[in-house]
Amino acid sequence: MATTYTKEQIEKLIDGRLDWDTVFRMLAMPKDPERFELYVGVLQERLGWKDKIILPLGPHLYIVQTAADKRWVIKCDCGHEFCDYRQNWKMHAVIYVRDTEEALTEIYPKLMAPDPAWQVYREYYCPECGTLHDVEAPTPWYPVIHDFEPDIEAFYKEWLGLPVPERAAA
Amino acid sequence: MNIMNPNATRPGKLLGNGMTLKQFRDGILERTAKSGHYNGLDRLELRESDPIRYEKLFSKLRGGLVHARETAKKIAASPIVEQEGELCFTLYNPAGDCVLTSTGIIIHVGTMGAAIKYMIENDWESNPGINPGDMFTNNDCSIGNVHPCDIATIVPIFAQGKLVGWVGGVTHVIDTGSISPGSMSTGQVSRFGDGYMITCRKTGVNDVPLRDWLHESQRSIRTPKYWILDERTRIAGCHMVRALVEEVIEEEGLEAFEKFAYEVIEEGRRGLQNRIKAMTIPGKYRTVAFVDVPYAHPDIQTPSEYAKIDTIMHSPCEMTVRADGSWKLDFEGASRWGWHSYNANQVAFTSGIWVMMTQTLVPTQRINDGAYYGTEFRLPKGTWMNPDDRRTGHAYAWHFLVSGWSALWRALSHGYFSRGYLEEVNAGNANTANWLQGGGINQEGEVHAVNSFESAACGTGACAIKDGLNHAAAIWNPEGDMGDIEIWEMAEPLLYLGRNVKANSGGYGKYRGGCGFETLRMVWKAKDWTMYFMGNGYMNSDWGLMGGYPSATGYRFEAHKTGLKDRIATNDSLPLGADLNPSAYAYEKHIDATARVKRDKQAMTTEKCFEDYDLYLNYLRGGPGFGDPLDRDPEAIANDLNQGFLLPEYARKVYGAVLTQNEKGVWSVDAEKTKTRRAEIRKERLRRAVPVKTWLRDERERIVTKHASLPVRHMYATSFGLSKKFYAEFKKFWDLPADWELTEDELGVPSYGSRYRMDLSKLPDVHPVVLVEE
Repeated sequence: MATTYTKEQIEKLIDGRLDWDTVFRMLAMPKDPERFELYVGVLQERLGWKDKIILPLGPHLYIVQTAADKRWVIKCDCGHEFCDYRQNWKMHAVIYVRDTEEALTEIYPKLMAPDPAWQVYREYYCPECGTLHDVEAPTPWYPVIHDFEPDIEAFYKEWLGLPVPERAAA
Repeated sequence: MNIMNPNATRPGKLLGNGMTLKQFRDGILERTAKSGHYNGLDRLELRESDPIRYEKLFSKLRGGLVHARETAKKIAASPIVEQEGELCFTLYNPAGDCVLTSTGIIIHVGTMGAAIKYMIENDWESNPGINPGDMFTNNDCSIGNVHPCDIATIVPIFAQGKLVGWVGGVTHVIDTGSISPGSMSTGQVSRFGDGYMITCRKTGVNDVPLRDWLHESQRSIRTPKYWILDERTRIAGCHMVRALVEEVIEEEGLEAFEKFAYEVIEEGRRGLQNRIKAMTIPGKYRTVAFVDVPYAHPDIQTPSEYAKIDTIMHSPCEMTVRADGSWKLDFEGASRWGWHSYNANQVAFTSGIWVMMTQTLVPTQRINDGAYYGTEFRLPKGTWMNPDDRRTGHAYAWHFLVSGWSALWRALSHGYFSRGYLEEVNAGNANTANWLQGGGINQEGEVHAVNSFESAACGTGACAIKDGLNHAAAIWNPEGDMGDIEIWEMAEPLLYLGRNVKANSGGYGKYRGGCGFETLRMVWKAKDWTMYFMGNGYMNSDWGLMGGYPSATGYRFEAHKTGLKDRIATNDSLPLGADLNPSAYAYEKHIDATARVKRDKQAMTTEKCFEDYDLYLNYLRGGPGFGDPLDRDPEAIANDLNQGFLLPEYARKVYGAVLTQNEKGVWSVDAEKTKTRRAEIRKERLRRAVPVKTWLRDERERIVTKHASLPVRHMYATSFGLSKKFYAEFKKFWDLPADWELTEDELGVPSYGSRYRMDLSKLPDVHPVVLVEE
């Protein structure tokens, strides 16, 4: 049987302040299926948005249902809207590419930084608040990676037994 | 030929059911494919009807396997086995499918199973025969082994006059007689330099190793003392497990044991599917990994001109999790195998993934082939992880295996994060390097080889709720341990002048990757001694996650003609402790100004001469970070500074920390000023950034004009050559002209292997075992 956790414990987990004994129990015991609702509930409360969180994508990034017209979009927690949830948000970000020794040695000492002839760092920021949402570290020329395309309908309906939030036609 | 099996002329006697082993295995595969359940088991009869008995069988067998490992490893003299635990024992059913395994290097669940399946598919049953008391030895990388230094002993188990299973034991030996000393050598361009290769050979009868085997094997490698004791370790463990199975059958009956040996695999398959549904999110996940192969450098000496090129290994992965909990891992677009020792067999790749998955998705004691049957792997033929040429070298397959799996952590962690299981999120794993290797005449006056397993304790990736662990683990052995200095000094003619946490080696982030560590070694009482470096240098092979940075790359430091003998005699200062900031050249201040020093990014070399008082820095890498570094708690930054985990310059530049240091040298971070500084940094980011679409336009121009270094172009050319799909998607993404192409022929470097290849299956009377979609 899965252990269950309180809202307070999930809040502490999100903040990285949960005691190790409980974290260890979370790791060792079967997963608590109600976690998703608790987790999204805490995040929703903190953001204070009218838009409904459909799926968290990162510490500052979410798929949300817009309150106004029920579109599913990817949004930064500063409020910036990137794109439709099916698109790659990175294509709508701003980017800084570290492809010189000077730029890479801002991050690591010279001998511990990549050689830009082999590898670059591509930093994707929110165009409004400057949050660093992702760092890709590929070779030059590499296509922008679309990391994750969740099947939200199957997740809600078939895996969690939850109603799928309304979605306006694109 | 050793001993002919009296059953050879009577197929079906081995199993007592009229079937050959191959017919029996084919039946299992057919029933599995038809029903979707392992061996057609839509019901787990024993488990459902008598669950207590089923669990009792599980506990006895699993406990016995772990006990065999813990006991047998005490026989070994090699610190790799005895200190690091580089061994495991696994129980198989007659078809070669894993029932249960011990702790340890559990990648070999699959590799030893592949060896058994190879014997089945190639009719070992009639020649050389399979009898009670037989022992078979395998380390052949073209069958499935990871690298030749993992030597497996395989023993058939008989009960009531028939074959009821197999037990395999594996140890990682110190030397395999390859082109260079140390078990995972560099410099060879093919299998023929990888060392002594044994193909499922019958090496013992009536529980006694054969004398021709003992004589041949001991003179085929450099370290016979360790080799002999490693073999005794494997034999002892296998025989303990065989006795255990006999005891279990005596107590529980053969029928119950046989039911268990199949049901537990189906249970493992179902368990994986349930965990996928319980922890991830259905959908598509895409990820990629790279690692450098810098072979044009003069410090890489190969016997073959065509291998002297710089290239990059490429491992893209599309992971599909379906609504029914099934999943597929597709590596379309991976680069071709190469003329180096970093290629991997399909089984090494797939079986290795389970080592990783047991640390995240399936953290269970019931590790068996159920997870394999629950997964669809697609490894295109001809790639580095599924070569289509029988010449490929594999001695250091881990160079890229560890990097390829780092990408899978990121994919899974997207699912864990979205679902709220933050405790499971892991940004990735370190590239488990450097590997200090070499050999010559040691402090005892004997021919010797060294392979330092300090790399079993690299930094781990950051989690979404905490930093990664410092100098803690290696992806390939969940029980990672750096080993005791005193033991390594007995095993190697290398004294320690320092063993410290490696500053700045963990990737930055809200939570940083675990730091690696570094040890400074001085050669002492060695003769005709060589050493080499092996790891990533021009690239880091793991990325950060959700705003976290990749961990630092590797580099090398070695020094010769150091003058340390005189400095020690005159009580002069010595290079001790950490190479805190590699740009500060601190060690060089404590050796002769005329010393010959190599301090650069060529972290991969071949054998170089070392004399007493020469220095070698063994730097073990850190793990990648999680989240935007500007979100890091100021207190955590101060703590890192005060423990020597972070240089102040990077606390300021990357974390935006505003620092002060008191008269005692203690750092503190001003939280308020840091907050203000971070707001400025966010604005600086926006000032220097451009819209992605603007950057894409410029980058496209560089592709159209083919402006990139040779290793980058070579990597793409080999991936394009193997995968029309990857090539088409690449052209589509960049909207390239229809006639744009990039081939190996145009690069001006030798392209041996790009056109002419010969697969193992082309050898007469050889039937390779294929366990993936190709």
